[in-house]
Amino acid sequence: MSTTTVKTQSPLDTFAWLLRREFWEYRGSFYWAPLITCLIMLTMMLLGMIAAELFANQHGVTIGAVKLDQITEHMDEAHIEKLRAGIDVGLLTMNLPITLVLFLVSFFYCTGALYNDRADRSVLFWKSLPLSDTQTVLAKVVTAAVVAPLLALAAKIAMHVGFLLLISLYAALHGVNAFGILWSPLHLLSLWLKLLVTIPLGVLWALPTIGWLLLVSSFVRSKPFLWSLLVPIAAGVMVTFSGIARSWGFVSWFWHEIVLRMIFSLFQGSWLDFSSLKGLDHNGGDPSEAIAAIFSMSHMLDVLVSPSLLIGAVAGAAMIAGAIWLRRTRVEAYA
Amino acid sequence: MSAVVHARGLSKRYGATVALDNVNLDIEAGRIVGLVGPNGAGKTTALKAILGLAEFDGDLSVLGLDPRAQRTELMQQVCFIADVAVLPRWLRVADAVDFVAGVHPRFSREKCQAFLARTKIKPTQRVRELSKGMIVQLHLALVMAIDAKLLVLDEPTLGLDILYRKEFYQTLIGDYFDEEKTILVTTHQIEEVEHILTDLVFIRDGKLILNATMDQVGERFAEVMVNPDKADAARALKPLYERQIFGKTIFLFDGVDRARLAELGELHKPSVADLFVATMKGTYA
Repeated sequence: MSTTTVKTQSPLDTFAWLLRREFWEYRGSFYWAPLITCLIMLTMMLLGMIAAELFANQHGVTIGAVKLDQITEHMDEAHIEKLRAGIDVGLLTMNLPITLVLFLVSFFYCTGALYNDRADRSVLFWKSLPLSDTQTVLAKVVTAAVVAPLLALAAKIAMHVGFLLLISLYAALHGVNAFGILWSPLHLLSLWLKLLVTIPLGVLWALPTIGWLLLVSSFVRSKPFLWSLLVPIAAGVMVTFSGIARSWGFVSWFWHEIVLRMIFSLFQGSWLDFSSLKGLDHNGGDPSEAIAAIFSMSHMLDVLVSPSLLIGAVAGAAMIAGAIWLRRTRVEAYA
Repeated sequence: MSAVVHARGLSKRYGATVALDNVNLDIEAGRIVGLVGPNGAGKTTALKAILGLAEFDGDLSVLGLDPRAQRTELMQQVCFIADVAVLPRWLRVADAVDFVAGVHPRFSREKCQAFLARTKIKPTQRVRELSKGMIVQLHLALVMAIDAKLLVLDEPTLGLDILYRKEFYQTLIGDYFDEEKTILVTTHQIEEVEHILTDLVFIRDGKLILNATMDQVGERFAEVMVNPDKADAARALKPLYERQIFGKTIFLFDGVDRARLAELGELHKPSVADLFVATMKGTYA
């Protein structure tokens, strides 16, 4: 008699383990890469400050004659808000390297996600466990679409804090108390919250790229990276030069809505619709208005109900379903 | 007791090649079945069908489940080591144990750790730091800690030295196997599994050409060492195969009366390897 008591397995537990597995395998890509980028940025800022200090000493320039804290005392709320918005723009711009790193690692992650274990045959080990192909593939989708951006956001927040610390210390060295103006917890939290709420939008937006890459990753027998770029670009070139297209409008539409969406939708913020953000051009570079416009509910809703997002998300989901179907019996690949 | 594996008219083609040709196969619980065949005979295709890793035609049920539609459910009760044991190279030993414990309801962490304690494998090591033999030990420790009803082994010891190979089968029989479990194994090193098998299945060109218990094999087949003067008499009885050794000829017979064979010379039980060579002759010609 077999006396082993068989515990019941909840699908959620299994999913959590699958996410953990992805993290174990790609710790370097999703955890260390953004963190190291953050540290490099901070180091460069520190070096910049040291350089500025040396330069100032050599040329007898004195910094700090102006007392920022005294200025702010005389500023009204509107001006302080404007200053803080300026800082926000600075902080958001600083995100770019981490955003770029995130794009690269997620792109490579998706192209390899359903291919690497076939190439080294370890897929057979995973297949020997009671894991459904649906759960396996969805865990990879969630890793690319949610886990990786959350970890990148954590690195961005660490970088913001580090940067503000550096400036505050630098200012303090020159007898300027910048803490009051730089460290408004409510303001910083609201900035980070804005970044956080764009993640779900980014998930829907990124689905065509994630779906396409996973589909290629589950299908090809070799070179998933090459195929994932080659097919959309070749399609774009064909549409451009074959004469199928009746107008340049269609060619441009095809590149924007098909080719680029299949390749670049994982780039955070690629959903930004600059054409609808008229405020950006006409406000004479008022940073607070620009940020408000980008993160405004109405702009995000515009994106959310745009055909590009909706049709793209449906197409992405269909390609993910295709990847799940292929994952069932496609276990061979060449390294 | 229903069959662990029940196949009727199992067929599979890859283009013009027939990998499985109308195979009927029943495997009862508590058996250790050796599936033996030359390269490309359809062994792996049959195993892939049983494990739900490939499409096929015909009827196939494993533990009463359809391996295609109910694969996840099936994998709670079936485990396999495919080909050369390959585990993900980045995986840490402790994480591997945690993961299987986390997703497999029939896994016993205590058993697994007891198996690992007998090896030199350390929990902090990654698979890429282990030797091939140690990877197999780890894989076996993970798999044997799963209380599966059917264990499928596809060339589990390929590329291992004799020490690891012996240990592999000893552990399997000594610590894992019992009358409720069933093992299906393919290997080219037949002589090493011969003494543990209860059933023998030969497959060639997608067809089962032998499907018998080891007892039946012992009754059906006999080897006779014949002096040259009686060789023609032996040939008259239509031996499956003959080979020369020390000036005598060894004939292998299928289903010939033992009393008659005894008149020709010394009777032996043929080894599975000899039986295999005899039945597969001309495969690569």
